[in-house]
Amino acid sequence: MQLVTGNRLRDGVPIYFVGNGQWSPSIDAAQLVEDAEADALLAVSQEGAPPLPAVGSVLIEAVRENGHIKPISLRERIRAEGPTTGPMTHQTAIETAAR
Amino acid sequence: MYRYDDFDHRFVDERVAQYRDQVRRRLAGQLTEDEFKPLRLMNGLYLQMHAYMLRIAIPYGAFDSAKMRKLAHITRKYDRGYGHFTTRQNLQLNWIKLEDTPDILAELASVEMHAIQTSGNSFRNTTTDPFAGVAHDEIEDPRPYAEILRQWSTLHPEFSFLPRKFKIAVSASTEDRAAVKMHDVGLYLRRNDKGEVGFEVMAGGGLGRTPLLSHTIKPFVARRDLLSYLEAVLRVYNQYGRRDNIYKARIKILVQSLGAKKFAEEVEAEWLASDREAAALPDNYVREIASAFALPAYDNTPVDEAAFKRDAAANPAFARWLRRNTFGHKSSNHAVVTISLKPVGETPGDCSADQMDLVADLADELSFGEIRAAYEQNLVLPHVRRDALFGLWKRLEAAGLGTANIGQITDIICCPGMDYCSLATARSIPIAQDLARHMAAKEEAIGTFNIKISGCINACGHHHLGHIGILGVDKNGEEVYQITLGGDAGNNAAVGTIIGPALKSDAVTGGIDTLIDVYLKLRQDGERFPDTYRRIGAKPFKEALYAVA
Ligand code: SF4
Repeated sequence: MQLVTGNRLRDGVPIYFVGNGQWSPSIDAAQLVEDAEADALLAVSQEGAPPLPAVGSVLIEAVRENGHIKPISLRERIRAEGPTTGPMTHQTAIETAAR
Repeated sequence: MYRYDDFDHRFVDERVAQYRDQVRRRLAGQLTEDEFKPLRLMNGLYLQMHAYMLRIAIPYGAFDSAKMRKLAHITRKYDRGYGHFTTRQNLQLNWIKLEDTPDILAELASVEMHAIQTSGNSFRNTTTDPFAGVAHDEIEDPRPYAEILRQWSTLHPEFSFLPRKFKIAVSASTEDRAAVKMHDVGLYLRRNDKGEVGFEVMAGGGLGRTPLLSHTIKPFVARRDLLSYLEAVLRVYNQYGRRDNIYKARIKILVQSLGAKKFAEEVEAEWLASDREAAALPDNYVREIASAFALPAYDNTPVDEAAFKRDAAANPAFARWLRRNTFGHKSSNHAVVTISLKPVGETPGDCSADQMDLVADLADELSFGEIRAAYEQNLVLPHVRRDALFGLWKRLEAAGLGTANIGQITDIICCPGMDYCSLATARSIPIAQDLARHMAAKEEAIGTFNIKISGCINACGHHHLGHIGILGVDKNGEEVYQITLGGDAGNNAAVGTIIGPALKSDAVTGGIDTLIDVYLKLRQDGERFPDTYRRIGAKPFKEALYAVA
């Protein structure tokens, strides 16, 4: 199965195409379609007045597992979940999400 | 430190204003991504996996406390409170929002910084020795020349559409601490028989898919002729460099295909035919630029050697840090201090905003405000009085910056890899973290050693030049790691050779450990790893590695 993802234009955050012109930073909200429908989904995701919300939209493979959507590739899992490097123990990271 | 003149200020301010308008038009839908991308890249803004990434230029790695404080402020206000120092002596911020970038560039401009030419097929940051100006083994300070090259190459109309990016490094010491031979053009400052200063010019180095070391194309170019000669190099490259294939576009491929001798002849012919006077570098201009890099007024009261020795004797950890993290200064009362950004188990090269502020404070108090970024992803305080070292070390220790591992096996060069970089084929940071944790206990026994890790063939982590190099690749969706042995970065630069089939990620640390054991068993007195490797060859390493893998 496949879904459409890109990076949000204004801040670069990975976002996922939900349908109806909507995108979400949560991969679980993504519209997951059969491979045969994937190209059509990508085309629909690119409709609308500029600027499109997402930059560099592509189709990626994913599966639904225990109610969650899980990308197949490691790269996409890292995009969805964040770096795997662990927090820096010697610093106080300021989450931009809090801004 | 070089200070912007009116022209520089106006130029950078105008660039910020132009960029602000470009971002506005992009966000309003008036520019497509295809139209906007080259514009943002010209200002150092990439789009990575999780966000935009801003690569901020630190010309030849030299900056000061005011710039560092501004960087700390920017990482706090616009990013996640940390930045990543790169192998090009620059700083990358990983969590940037496009809509914030005009304000960030304006903040940078206020302290004479920018992100221009940190991307694209342009001249990139000229790199040099992080100990420039103060190293005891230096012929002359290379920074004025790096600055002259920066001014000459910034938006040079003839060279703003090169076949590919172009990197220059300058070294002026007996020991090459700038990895000069892996650059498109490398310059070694030399003195001729008459005592005049000039440059040995090397060309055709580079890593990536086709790692090659540069060749000397002219053993001595007089200082006056430096720019006219480099223009001839660039013209030959511009004329013959391939633009049809991105993988064959770097000057190294041209030098390799023509042969270094033929390439040198082409350059010589071009140079002799050119108007050399038009690009001559007058002595008074060099003197004027050099005056911006004059050494500070040192306090020359003698260091209390007895107290210094007492502190070192009573604190083995301090003594170890002194041995590994300090370097001989031109002034015998002073030392050059390298601050490790490689605490064991952390991300190599990362530095928090709080740490940046602390380094700025320490630079003001102890190093005339000056700071350097080293290509090994560490920071340098260039002028610290030796009787201030003990206090400095204690404050660094308290802030997680006191790691005594410069030039050791845990001082790993590592690119961001697949945790951040959209070009990556595998992760590199977790490999570095695991290796450092594992090797820390053996560090003292191993001695000088370098491991370098890249997350793809672009080789930002210089893996080809590591005593042990590690390249992460994707094999059918799985991360595997190719190991190269025998690389070296300095005077004896060498490209490592791949030892055999790649290792799975969970076998890397154990595999490297096995290689290290072979080295420790077979090395002779004083031999560094590349020396042992050259003497005994790959066989013993290969047999041990693949027996356990
Ligand atoms: S080597 Fe590859 S993965 Fe690493 S930073 Fe460079 S481009 Fe990215």
